[in-house]
Amino acid sequence: MVVKMVSLTIDGRAVAVPAGTLVVDAAKKAGIDIPVFCYHPKLDPVGMCRQCLVEIGRPLIDRATNQFILDADGKPKISFGPKLETACTTPVSEGMVVVTDSDKVVAARKDVLEFILTSHPLDCPICDKGGECPLQNLTMRYGPPVSRFLFDEKMHLAKHVPLGELIYLDRERCIQCGRCVRFQSELVDDPVIGFSQRGRALQIVTFSNPGFDSIWSGNTTDICPVGALTTADFRFGARPWEMNASASICNHCAVGCNLTYNVRREAKAGGKTVIKRVMPRQNEMVNEIWLCDKGRLAYHYMESDQRLEQPLVRKGGELVPAGWDEALNLVTEKLRSAGNRMVMLVGGRLSNEDLFNLGELTEAQGGQKLLYSYMGGGDLVSRFAPPKGSNLGELGAGSVVLVVACDLHQEAPLWWLRLKQAVKRGAKLIVASARPTRLDKFATHVVRYAYGEETRTVAAFLPVNVAGAPQVIQSAAKTLTEAEDLIVIYGSDGLYLEESTALARTCAELLLKTNHTGKVNSGLLAAWQNGNLQGGWELGFRTVPDLAERLEKAALVWVAAADPAGDDPALAKAVRRTGFLVVQELFLTETARMADVVFPVLVNAEREGSYTSGERRVQRFYPALPPKGIVPEARPDFAIPALVGEKLGIELEDHSAALVMEHIAAKFAAFAGINYQRLAEVAEQWPPVGGSDLYYGGTSYLNRQGLGVTLSDVLQGESLLNPAPIQTTQRQKPSADALPVYPIQLLYDRGTTILPSALLHERLVQPAVWVHPTTAAEHKLQSKARLIYEGEAVEVAVLLSEQTPPKVALLPRSVGLLGYWLEA
Amino acid sequence: MLEGLMTTLKSMFEKPVTIQYPEQKRPVRARFKGRHVLKRYENGLEKCIGCALCAAACPADAIFVESAENTDEERYSPGERYASTYEINMLRCIFCGFCEDACPTEAIVLGDNYELSFTSRAESIYTKDMLLEPVPPGGQPTPQRTPAGVFTRSVPEMKDPTD
Ligand code: SF4
Ligand code: SF4
Ligand code: SF4
Ligand code: SF4
Ligand code: FES
Repeated sequence: MVVKMVSLTIDGRAVAVPAGTLVVDAAKKAGIDIPVFCYHPKLDPVGMCRQCLVEIGRPLIDRATNQFILDADGKPKISFGPKLETACTTPVSEGMVVVTDSDKVVAARKDVLEFILTSHPLDCPICDKGGECPLQNLTMRYGPPVSRFLFDEKMHLAKHVPLGELIYLDRERCIQCGRCVRFQSELVDDPVIGFSQRGRALQIVTFSNPGFDSIWSGNTTDICPVGALTTADFRFGARPWEMNASASICNHCAVGCNLTYNVRREAKAGGKTVIKRVMPRQNEMVNEIWLCDKGRLAYHYMESDQRLEQPLVRKGGELVPAGWDEALNLVTEKLRSAGNRMVMLVGGRLSNEDLFNLGELTEAQGGQKLLYSYMGGGDLVSRFAPPKGSNLGELGAGSVVLVVACDLHQEAPLWWLRLKQAVKRGAKLIVASARPTRLDKFATHVVRYAYGEETRTVAAFLPVNVAGAPQVIQSAAKTLTEAEDLIVIYGSDGLYLEESTALARTCAELLLKTNHTGKVNSGLLAAWQNGNLQGGWELGFRTVPDLAERLEKAALVWVAAADPAGDDPALAKAVRRTGFLVVQELFLTETARMADVVFPVLVNAEREGSYTSGERRVQRFYPALPPKGIVPEARPDFAIPALVGEKLGIELEDHSAALVMEHIAAKFAAFAGINYQRLAEVAEQWPPVGGSDLYYGGTSYLNRQGLGVTLSDVLQGESLLNPAPIQTTQRQKPSADALPVYPIQLLYDRGTTILPSALLHERLVQPAVWVHPTTAAEHKLQSKARLIYEGEAVEVAVLLSEQTPPKVALLPRSVGLLGYWLEA
Repeated sequence: MLEGLMTTLKSMFEKPVTIQYPEQKRPVRARFKGRHVLKRYENGLEKCIGCALCAAACPADAIFVESAENTDEERYSPGERYASTYEINMLRCIFCGFCEDACPTEAIVLGDNYELSFTSRAESIYTKDMLLEPVPPGGQPTPQRTPAGVFTRSVPEMKDPTD
């Protein structure tokens, strides 16, 4: 696509920008600052605040010849309008002359600020935005030094208005820029806040129940140009300049959002350094400048007083605290005798370095490297993921995205947001799901299937099958076959491991058969439930359908960052029967309770490491909290296998994560050339954030610590599709009246890393099955029902939900329940 | 030499400038900068609103403030914010008075007390209870239970200093 360039002059500087660029952005690109309040580069302009007024002149054009009229010097004659114009709503035009620093402009800025301040309390000393406040900065720079308004004549409104339990509003401080309202309606399609009343009495109100019911609410506090919106989490927590910033990566879902921990030493915390807030860090290839509320608020587990503090060893049937040496020696001894009858089971919260060391130890033993995930197909993602240079933020006309069995809004929120924006730019979206999701609205085709039909539905898109498919699939298949680039995202809505593995294979086949492999912005993505499951696949860990059996048979099971016993009664049984159980964990989980040895580990904010995101982007995180802080005795996950390895004569790096990464790069082709220096590389990004011009992009942090590197492709070609199609097990219906139960994934799950964040408790998923009211009536389901799993039944609460399709029951994951059937 | 001897002789008959400290003490000047005091309003509410501007202004990084939110049931200061922790490390403080200048509510004032001595580093840290002045007569100690909608302003109207 050829972009027409337009040349113009801003403050005497010649600038060339693509046609359609707004004057304010053109100036920003040329390094000229035009103050704004209501404009935000990620939102449509509205021209509400008038802060961006500038003088704009346009060349006079001779109507007859359509040429510029030239003056005596041969330069085009410029005509300036009588009034100033808003730079945020005016697109550039050829030959335009913009003046941003004339007396007239400076006077206008001062006047607008004075107007804004007539209704503003200026209580900067107690304002959480103070120190990073656009209004404060601009007032210092352009505003009047004294107020002509008496304080009592100013607008006085409520200062403590909880919009919901997460966000507080100070009505007085709001300058009515509408950014928050526009963000919620335009960008994230949650129009739950709005303006009420007019003029100086204009106020933000919420009309959802619960208040401000959006998973994006925290972002409004970043882009609000004043301290009107604050999070309940940080309210009065500290002044911005008192905190240190440390770069990290969210590990709560596959997106891998870049974030910044703001930390501070506190008397309240007994002199410990604690995380005060989580702020987004710009990465236009991953999360742009946003975070979902889970990423922003679910960090309190790191400071939980429930964290394991010491190694534990089982003595006389009880787990008792022990020294590291004792615990390590015991494990070494048991590993020696277990030999290759050992199983390593790892979760997706571990970093690449942890996974590598655990994997190396297992390989040296000849044991099994198993991945704990209810979704399969990561090996296919390794081969079919969009290659280097792909960016969901660049999808537009000609791109097609197929989302299968995935409630993306809940499973990978930032991908949802980026796809929604892609649709706005002209990309086409095909949604195939068993129940309505928040993506349907933006889809060109919505394919509904019954739970259990996922793989068959995708198979119907294949060129060989499409002729016999229903109309909607035929038309959707045509769209995706003709697409310039195609991304297929699969999730875990209603799927168990085997089914999702089969689905992944069919999705990959579809990409292959429609020639959408090996191209930028084409490929397969999986909405994993943890931040580094893809890393697990890359480093050779695999999911297995017969996990319980393998755990039971093993002489030694080593579990890291997973709680099989807490999630699944069948696995709990298997874990209990296993020979010797080693667990490395943050908390005393159900699995850890059954262990023979438990090692305490550090959270990511206490150490270094890297994750591989769902898009196969390797990203680094840095230590934010000092070592020996919250849990002095704990160690990073990768150190534990290294310490055991040392005793067994296996050489592993136990100290420096950077060195482990070098070992990874040496061993795994996909990681070749990756090291910590490269992961720390940055490039200039648009829009600019985090500078002194906070009014432009908001308080998101500039990325100074690394944009990450996408893994290289390993293989190409038809052989990619091995192994052969997966057979899924048929489950026996226990009685004619039993309802099939399907698992679903919700954002606010009850995972071990979410539960300690008290602020989110009201939004956490409840332990209940969802049934449609009609279905419930047909099957005579009362408020309680029996959930049947592997022949055993437990009682479960029934939640009537109109959103649930008929004839099935849905069971949110992570609530400690599992079942295939529901009976009255 | 004679001149020097004269000076010595003269000063022998002058009134001595030394005083018998600590029995005797000289009054300090109006603008003397001694140990800090955290002021209260007449009703006993604390002037300090926990804004930490004093800490930001302090060139010796001697002040540490943590804040929390007031409610009408439990009110320490007017407005929404109060200092839940307030500490000054007197070993670090250089008595420059910048904190006093920075304070938007005239809450922190460098007082007359210059008799600061400690036997350990920990003792040099003055906490909020040590720094707060006593409740003035007629006032109530903090936290107070206050009527709703009265103490809404953190920052009072300020006048230019006169001395
Ligand atoms: S919003 Fe900005 S200008 Fe207004 S009180 Fe807060 S810091 Fe001061
Ligand atoms: S709350 Fe903030 S973002 Fe929303 S309208 Fe007011 S000033 Fe703008
Ligand atoms: S979208 Fe995922 S990675 Fe991003 S902040 Fe939310 S949970 Fe974290
Ligand atoms: S500047 Fe004044 S009001 Fe603010 S914390 Fe210091 S003493 Fe308290
Ligand atoms: S009118 Fe242009 S930024 Fe508000």
